[in-house]
Amino acid sequence: MREILRAESLSKTFKLSTKQQRIEHTKQRVRTAVDQLSFSAYEGEIFGLLGPNGAGKTTTLRMLATLIKPDAGDALIDGYSIRSQPEVVRSRIAFLTSELKLEDFFTPDYLFDFFSNLHAVDPIVARQRKQRLFERFGIDEFAQVKVGDLSSGMKQKASLVISLVHDPAIIIFDEPTNGLDVITAKVVTDFLSELRDQGKTIILSTHIFSLVEKLCDRIGVIINGQMIVCDSLVNVAQDQSLEDRFFELYLKATKDSRSGDAA
Amino acid sequence: MMAIVRKEFRRFFTDRRMVLSVLLLPGLMIYLIYSFIGSAATDFLTTNEDYVPVIYAVNLPDSVAELSSQADVEIQPAEADQAAEIKTQIAEKSADLLAIFPEGFDKQVSLAMAGNTQDYTPPRVELYYNSTKIESNSMYALLQTELNDYRDASFTLFTVNPGEQSYDLVTEESATSFMLASLLPMLLMLFLFTGSMSVAPESIVGEKERGTIATLLVTPMRRWELALGKIVSISCIALLSGLSSFIGIMLSLPKLIGIEGPSTQLSNTAATMYAPVDYLMLLAVVFSTVLLFVGLISIISAYAKTVKEANTLVTPLMIVVMLVGVTVMFSQSATTNLMLYLIPAYNSVQVIVGILSFSYQPLFVAITVLTNVLAAGICVFILTRMFNSEKVMFSR
Ligand SMILES: Nc1ncnc2c1ncn2[C@@H]1O[C@H](COP(=O)(O)OP(=O)(O)OP(=O)(O)O)[C@@H](O)[C@H]1O
Ligand SMILES: [Mg+2]
Repeated sequence: MREILRAESLSKTFKLSTKQQRIEHTKQRVRTAVDQLSFSAYEGEIFGLLGPNGAGKTTTLRMLATLIKPDAGDALIDGYSIRSQPEVVRSRIAFLTSELKLEDFFTPDYLFDFFSNLHAVDPIVARQRKQRLFERFGIDEFAQVKVGDLSSGMKQKASLVISLVHDPAIIIFDEPTNGLDVITAKVVTDFLSELRDQGKTIILSTHIFSLVEKLCDRIGVIINGQMIVCDSLVNVAQDQSLEDRFFELYLKATKDSRSGDAA
Repeated sequence: MMAIVRKEFRRFFTDRRMVLSVLLLPGLMIYLIYSFIGSAATDFLTTNEDYVPVIYAVNLPDSVAELSSQADVEIQPAEADQAAEIKTQIAEKSADLLAIFPEGFDKQVSLAMAGNTQDYTPPRVELYYNSTKIESNSMYALLQTELNDYRDASFTLFTVNPGEQSYDLVTEESATSFMLASLLPMLLMLFLFTGSMSVAPESIVGEKERGTIATLLVTPMRRWELALGKIVSISCIALLSGLSSFIGIMLSLPKLIGIEGPSTQLSNTAATMYAPVDYLMLLAVVFSTVLLFVGLISIISAYAKTVKEANTLVTPLMIVVMLVGVTVMFSQSATTNLMLYLIPAYNSVQVIVGILSFSYQPLFVAITVLTNVLAAGICVFILTRMFNSEKVMFSR
């Protein structure tokens, strides 16, 4: 198995605004969202980042996708550094999160062409790819409808398809089934397995155990920005259910950090 | 980069509401408003064409009756005892003018003309009028002038400008260009700026606010391509918007300045008196200025969190630009100080004055365009840096 992604002590802190400090009843000026996170993902696997709300999953994925820069540490994607070669990294990944939106005014059809163009995809290849993907996700029916007039599920499908215009080797997906009904969610998860079978690597984040159990080959559990364990699904769960194991890890981690703070 | 430009154009030109509000409306509004002001002012200063003013005259001398017969007025003889009544009518604006001549006015005058000045007492003529009624006022002016002319003709020491022809030797071209050069630079700057302002914030903070710019930022497209593509496409649209306002003002100009005289051919004169080269120079200067404006507004927009905030932040800049435009309003020619042409925006106004008043130097035009483009280039650079900064792009 080829290591296609390696995160090395990724760290990210955010300055808290005074307003934020007041809301969260904290005197801290900075919040450490991601704390020296290291992990690896291998070609052709689905890697899941599992963690509670505010654990730093989205922040980690945004760093990997080069939207934000780590304060310290680095990550190599297909051998390219997210710090020093962000453009190359961007050409090899797809990034999907609710933060990235499509312009309401345009149709999925036009946007597919537009992003193909930005990724410098050969027009003939792009046309074939569009046909295949639109058919696969039933976008044909609303390919000419403005994004603003689509339901949120339709929008997510369109976003997913458009993020794949350049047939990326690595797909980074923040909460893949968030806001989708069971049917659409299944379409998406089935598609992710299919992509893995084609040899793509998928990094996803979630706090849904069933999704992880169904989909992931390996997982990393993040709590308070730190990687608690990172291993194959069976090795992490050991002989408990994943959920029970997670609570165990969570209690241990929070107790550790509290006693660590006290010391 | 061309993909960005094409997308921006498509976004704009296929949106009927945008085209309407940014391209058609400004021109139309300006045309309507200025035409209205123009014709209202003209209405105020001209009289109804069918109206025939009436002059009541007591002891009307034949000589004066003859003089006034050419003009479009009706002269009604009146008796001395009617005077009080007519004066009330004038005060109430139902009558226009009352002229009271002494008895034997013509005889007195002819005596004097014959050199018989011993028993001569200059006759007193009284003209009663109402200065707040336009017709009354003009009748007063008419009769006064005629009487003065008559007096001058009767007893000539010398005459000034007695002929029919116009003594003002200004050519129509230079009168027009003088007027244009004093007014247009300010208007041009204002329209170009408001044109830029109607497109840039929407395209930059708007995308940031809606989260669509982040989608562009995860593509391998270079940030400078995004910055340059945005600025170039916004500039083109802003130029068209400015042009729309400009056409509006040019079309309403004849009506607007119709007040000052019969210069209704002004726009024709303006259109033909400048050579194609002049227009090309003008366009180059204008476009470089738009690039600069759009660059500045884009930077402010990228910094702002919402479109509304961007508009607020841009307002002080607009005031500065207007002031720059006003600086040349009362100067009649462009400066020849080379250093001043190195100040972006200010140089534009100067060069525009130069072009409009036929006194530009190609060197200054070139320097101006270059400085503005260079300044816009710096804006692209700064915008690129801003697109690269997560603090700017993901600030909330
Ligand atoms: N732009 C920001 N400014 C300040 N703090 C931030 C910012 N983004 C994230 N944080 C903080 O960093 C921490 C991690 O956030 P992150 O969004 O990565 O969590 P998450 O694991 O994705 O949570 P969730 O499951 O709720 O999506 C949180 O405490 C959050 O408040
Ligand atoms: Mg999240």
